Amino acid sequence: MARKISYQQAINEALAQEMRRDQSVFIIGQDVSGGTGSPGEQDAWGGVLGVTKGLYPEFPERVLDAPLSEVGYVGMAVGAATRGMRPVCELMFVDFIGCCLDQLLNQAAKFRYMFGGKTTTPLVIRAMYGAGLRAAAQHSQMLTSMWTHIPGLKVVCPATPYDAKGMLIQAIRDNDPVIFLEHKMLYSLQGEVPEELYTVPFGEANFVREGRDVTLVTYGRMVHIALEAAANLARQDIDCEVLDLRTTSPLDEDSILESVEKTGRLVVIDESNPRCSIATDISALVAQRAFAALRAPIEMVTAPHTPVPFSDALEDLYIPDAAKIEAAVLKIADKRNAA
Amino acid sequence: MIHTLTMPKWGLSMTEGRIDIWLKQPGDRVEKGEAVLDVETDKISSSVEAPFSGVLRRVLALSDETLPVGALLGVVVEGEASDAEIDAVIEGFQAGFVSNAAEAETAGPSAQKVEVGGRLLRYLDLGEGGTPLVLVHGFGGDLNNWLFNQPALAAERRVIALDLPGHGESGKTLRSGEAAELSEAVLGLLDHLQLDRVHLAGHSMGGLVALTVAEQAPARVVSLTLIASAGLGADINGDYLQGFADANNRNALKPQLVQLFSDPALVTRQMLEDMLKFKRLEGVDQALRQLNGVLFDGGRQKVDVRHVVGRQPSLVIWGSDDAIIPANHAQGLEAQVEILPGQGHMVQLEAAEQVNQLMLAFLKRH
Repeated sequence: MARKISYQQAINEALAQEMRRDQSVFIIGQDVSGGTGSPGEQDAWGGVLGVTKGLYPEFPERVLDAPLSEVGYVGMAVGAATRGMRPVCELMFVDFIGCCLDQLLNQAAKFRYMFGGKTTTPLVIRAMYGAGLRAAAQHSQMLTSMWTHIPGLKVVCPATPYDAKGMLIQAIRDNDPVIFLEHKMLYSLQGEVPEELYTVPFGEANFVREGRDVTLVTYGRMVHIALEAAANLARQDIDCEVLDLRTTSPLDEDSILESVEKTGRLVVIDESNPRCSIATDISALVAQRAFAALRAPIEMVTAPHTPVPFSDALEDLYIPDAAKIEAAVLKIADKRNAA
Repeated sequence: MIHTLTMPKWGLSMTEGRIDIWLKQPGDRVEKGEAVLDVETDKISSSVEAPFSGVLRRVLALSDETLPVGALLGVVVEGEASDAEIDAVIEGFQAGFVSNAAEAETAGPSAQKVEVGGRLLRYLDLGEGGTPLVLVHGFGGDLNNWLFNQPALAAERRVIALDLPGHGESGKTLRSGEAAELSEAVLGLLDHLQLDRVHLAGHSMGGLVALTVAEQAPARVVSLTLIASAGLGADINGDYLQGFADANNRNALKPQLVQLFSDPALVTRQMLEDMLKFKRLEGVDQALRQLNGVLFDGGRQKVDVRHVVGRQPSLVIWGSDDAIIPANHAQGLEAQVEILPGQGHMVQLEAAEQVNQLMLAFLKRH
């Protein structure tokens, strides 16, 4: 598997290959093409950061620029999904959820349940999330815990180009509404990606590093920060296992428990705000189901309970970094190797 | 003569390795082909063999240290050399290596793809000269199954390893799923590469494929090396084949893969993840089920080509503890038969050094 492409290209390729394979797949969102219907250049934008660039010329009838009304076009996509289409609806920034929450919370997420399984809603909501791009408080949030809280939605946060392609294809083929979250700081990340179609199943965490001493559980961009911390800690003879959740709903509880039962120590790393978060959720899971295995208190490394700051210096402080993860690990690590 | 011993590159994706343990100490004599140290990668661990004989004079990498491919591990001196001369070689190497470090990932051999008979085939072509050798992997494998063999064998001749149809990065769609379809793909690649006569080596199902090539085109096969080969008897571990075909997650796959090795610790999470990456590709599931059904339905091998053995000089290698295809299939073959005690099905990976020596000596004679 020698070919390397970026996270952004992997998403673009998954969309193109699935649209070629299945006529019912279409893309709708703001500026997903850019310029549609106007006398100017078509495909001028290809999404606000160019992720869907090049798709409009190949599929002019299936890449639809939407008006600036999430409640309108997200609702349209939900309806289309119930009628046999497979819409990939781009919310641009996940922060815009507030403009269309009912369409997802009360409609898409509930249909299968309320209609007794007689209807499915094969909808994908693609959205950028996460801090680091100096995009301020309204364009930098995580909100993973909000989505994860809602039964009926699946929540996917790929950390690598390989997972981005395979999990987006899985999301498109899935018969339930899937919230597909793309970390904007990962778009340029390069990685090996097969040219062929493949799917990465939901609910299977990935052991991205094996270790004996401490389990680091995380997802999304923080996988890379956790790996950086693990590499630094290895030099101090602390061997960390790093678990990438891949999806927060469904959640691979078994892999989390399996790892903590081995190491007896847990640090959960979550870029989102700390209250009612993935970090607290996993801490509760482990406290409840693997308490006897724990040999130290559970540590959480998260953003603070504040909006994402616009100041560069403050935003850098806000985002969990390797130093914070290392400090948390050192607090609970076995000092057996200390001189 | 001062030789530098460097971090090897095993397979296409290795970029670094961790020193596990030095098997030789400074001052020890090492013979060409002898294991000097053990190195572990995220995929597999194995011994680094000395490419030359001499005395190990310097050890420059510590146990547990992780170093990039090509990094200096030690210095072996053939004959005499002063410490100052050795220091100069080390200094020169390190100065040159810094500038090459960034290229380590892109350097090294890379596989090629060609369309043969309407289907993409991937192959890795190493070495030059001599009568070429073609390596054919087994069921569910790919050309990386030869990662410890191909470079060593390529020191003396051109060696080509391919991905069979349905496997690796070759096209996944099979027509009949018969052995003849796979052997025709091998012959198609030989035609494309304009190779008239070759040595063939096959592992497991790849042995059956090699035997089928030898049956279809005997004039093109100079010799056969059959490693834990299918096609030589009825027995095969049907539970493994079914379990492997069915497994779609780490926990289901692990108990299957450990049956392939004598040392279960070799089955790392990375190995499992890499195998899952292959199994997730569109078309793989169907190809594996098709081959399993056509060639090994119900745990009995359907194709027996024992009669082909002996028409060409043949080397048969088996691990005595093979849990997939029993070593007693080697009995009574008109061939040089080598049973390696304590070894499992992936004997060419686990006992690479022994297999390489046997193959090099055998190929030299034919």
